Amino acid sequence: MMNSIRLVKDELRPPQPPPRRHLLSIADLDRDDVERLLGTARTFAASLDREVKKLPTLKGRLVVNLFYESSTRTSSSFELAAKRLSADTMTLKSAGSSVDKGESLKDTALTLGAYDPDVIVIRHPHIGAPQLVASVTGAHIVNAGDGKHQHPTQALLDLYTLQQELGRLEGLHVAIVGDVLHSRVARSLVQAFKLVGVRCTLVGPPALLPRDLDAEMTTDIDAIRAADVVYVLRMQNERMEAGANYVPSLREYAARWGVTPERLRPGQKVMHPGPMNRGVEIDPRVADSVDSLVETQVRSGLVVRMAVLYDVLTGGPVGVRALAAAEVA
Amino acid sequence: MLFVKERHGDNVVLRGARVLDPAEGIDATLDVRIDNGVIAAVAEHVDTNEHRVVDATGLVLAPAFVDPHVHLRTPGREDEETIASGTAAAAAGGFCAILAMPNTDPIVDSAATLGALVETARREAEVQVGFLAAITRRQRGEELTEMAELADAGAIAFSDDGVPVASAGLMRRALQYASVTGRPLALHCEEASLSHGSHVHEGSVSAELGFTGYPSVAESLMVERDLALASYEDQPLHLLHLSAAESVAALRRAREAGVRASGEVTPHHLVLTDEAVRSLDSNVKMNPPLRAERDRAALLDALRDGTIEAIATDHAPHARHEKEAPFEAAPFGVTGLETAFAVLYSRLVRPGLLPLATLIERMSTGPARIFGIDRPRVAVGATANLVLLDLERGWQVREDRFRSRSINSWLLGETLTGEVALTIAAGATVHAR
Repeated sequence: MMNSIRLVKDELRPPQPPPRRHLLSIADLDRDDVERLLGTARTFAASLDREVKKLPTLKGRLVVNLFYESSTRTSSSFELAAKRLSADTMTLKSAGSSVDKGESLKDTALTLGAYDPDVIVIRHPHIGAPQLVASVTGAHIVNAGDGKHQHPTQALLDLYTLQQELGRLEGLHVAIVGDVLHSRVARSLVQAFKLVGVRCTLVGPPALLPRDLDAEMTTDIDAIRAADVVYVLRMQNERMEAGANYVPSLREYAARWGVTPERLRPGQKVMHPGPMNRGVEIDPRVADSVDSLVETQVRSGLVVRMAVLYDVLTGGPVGVRALAAAEVA
Repeated sequence: MLFVKERHGDNVVLRGARVLDPAEGIDATLDVRIDNGVIAAVAEHVDTNEHRVVDATGLVLAPAFVDPHVHLRTPGREDEETIASGTAAAAAGGFCAILAMPNTDPIVDSAATLGALVETARREAEVQVGFLAAITRRQRGEELTEMAELADAGAIAFSDDGVPVASAGLMRRALQYASVTGRPLALHCEEASLSHGSHVHEGSVSAELGFTGYPSVAESLMVERDLALASYEDQPLHLLHLSAAESVAALRRAREAGVRASGEVTPHHLVLTDEAVRSLDSNVKMNPPLRAERDRAALLDALRDGTIEAIATDHAPHARHEKEAPFEAAPFGVTGLETAFAVLYSRLVRPGLLPLATLIERMSTGPARIFGIDRPRVAVGATANLVLLDLERGWQVREDRFRSRSINSWLLGETLTGEVALTIAAGATVHAR
């Protein structure tokens, strides 16, 4: 009896408004989304070649950057991306804010939400923080890194870099080397590569390769030679506290899994999300070689983040129309 | 020993229910008359003796439930639960008795702390409450509590629930000394060096989401150790909230070999798997974590075949603001008293995965037997500890329905079938819808 009453109520319920667009995880995207975002990024890249680089596209919009972890690349590129699109920006770091006084994430999010921001870009050490902020504010949420979970804009900018530098994505083979277990970059990349048909091999010490991850994995560093591109992960010193014993020492890690010129094929491209520990996971000669794409990644970060901000706010698809609309405005 | 608020026994006739008491071998449509809280007649047509009459036609009358694993958060976190609110929640869930864990603030590790709880229970408890005391002082795993004195003061069993007893040597001493008290040890099995820093089951979901994994072997290794010690000392023990297939296999082997070991399982481990964690909802975060489908299947098999004798809610209330945090920052634990029967009836009995009689047995007789409690039963001369169940009724789990002070249920918003229509505990009606 109750069941039939409930059914009637369900039918009478007004249709839900369309969900707000967020970028929380690569897992939420499909291939079309990725291609649309990369296309938008290319459009914005063209605009950055002009003398006046600012576009009026997001004029009057407010983008809040909420960073609970230190960051150079990600926070600066989000801020610049928003400014290049003429959005107002506000950056909050946990140090020096009410977070220092023990304010909960929910309360901070509610406080910021009271300003009606259009987008909140959040980096947080805990998995699930962006979801929480999405649930208590009306803003579009962009995940700029949550714990070991996801860093979707990094994966997108890496796809963009690969496409620009190697001319394609489908059929490429990338070896990801290092501390996969603790890497949100690796998790996002594995999913992103699967979406666009890039083969991916994870290489690292046994305790730093996650059990049961649905991916090709090996502990043999020589496996990187077979790849088109070697993607080096940062060896996170903070994970290497005494007693953790993921590896016996950084010294042994560097000797066994460090990416050196000797372990690469001539001309093999190398990527790194930064910041690099030179001499640990990456030999300085590799970091500074012409085959290093690290600076390209940083430049890609700007246009990809412009594309992401644009996309969550306008609901794409955009492509050429993005620039056209911008020029009309 | 169980403690409850003093009340006059009820005078009531429950008319025309399907009486289902598996332990008594009853499954028939009967009337039950209760005189001054004691069952006076169980028959096809009983005189009302001018008692109040409850028309129970179409409902199931069963022994009320016993929950061997509840956190009442008192003393210390009365904002999350009190003895009054926790026992009201239990009454609403069809329980006539619950056992409270000692990991409060302060820890229940002295007769003085226990005595204060007993006094409060005698004033406030809607249903009967038994209190477990700690195995080790301040649950630090270093020195035994004064277990004999605690038993005399009313402790029904001993547990360091929440933290494992890390030292095998100390666990052996606890087993030896428990024989003096005659009270069982209830063990939280976790090898902390394997589960350190973890939030969810180690498996494909943790690998994909990036959570530090709590491997099954962290539980089963400790289960194996404690069963080996119990076997060596020939002492009984009870394994709390089992979650892993390997733990179940170890328990089954030990029981077959004659070890006096029992086990319990929670509704959430019987119904959910770690796939639920993908929601990043902090209300599916608990210790031990939700595990894989093969673990869930093994737990259900063990519940069916009696290897696991008891269902326990591990009702763990948490303040709303503490659960409203990113998954990794939120505390472990979910509430369960008010939804246990309905969720298991909806998700296991109705689809044909578990007989109703088995569910009732594992929620009442099973846990009562393990802890030496008089089993609730439908029999003349027994104190009335009864639950009336409406198996047709659907209801929605909502915040405003909870009697518990906390709302951290993994079932919020869900619609369940099977409602507790009436609960009689220690002879008194404590809940009527």
